[in-house]
Amino acid sequence: MDNIFLAASIALALTSLICLIRVFIGPTRGDRIIGINVVATKTIVMIALIAFVLRETYFLDVVLVYALISFVASLFVSRELKEETGREDESH
Amino acid sequence: MRVIDAIVIFLLVAGLFFFLVGTIGILRFPDALTRAHGAAKCDTLGAALCLFGLMIHSGWEPATLKLFLVVLLIWITNPTATHAIARGILASKTTRREGATHK
Repeated sequence: MDNIFLAASIALALTSLICLIRVFIGPTRGDRIIGINVVATKTIVMIALIAFVLRETYFLDVVLVYALISFVASLFVSRELKEETGREDESH
Repeated sequence: MRVIDAIVIFLLVAGLFFFLVGTIGILRFPDALTRAHGAAKCDTLGAALCLFGLMIHSGWEPATLKLFLVVLLIWITNPTATHAIARGILASKTTRREGATHK
């Protein structure tokens, strides 16, 4: 089972690399925020898989805190998105 | 035991499939809002299926409760975050359109 969990976490890492391509070439700022949000979700699942590979179940507390922090971060970054567009309009 | 392992592997593969489909959607969709749609599918179904597989693997332990809490948290917070981001994108689009018409 450990090999399967490791293979799943490696596959998640590869798909998050594909997400980072979108973050890199994203034309607007919203595309980049969406890509980073998905990478955060994949990181949550990866930490849970690694917790079962290493048999250290206290990593699951790390998973909980990471989910909370990524939620708060994406909320505040989306608010920043709105305010930034307002500032751009003022500068024009 | 083998049946449980087969169920765990099936749930993990299904979750990874949804992650892959959502990632392809993020890479290939034409617009920022449609990309947000793909990302939301990726968040809810992919992560929940993978974590349910891990719950079945761990059995009746405190880790199962923690994983269930993580799934509940993801199901509550990720649509909210995606909604906030989509509202931000929509606000930036409308302001941009108004600026274009004013010019």
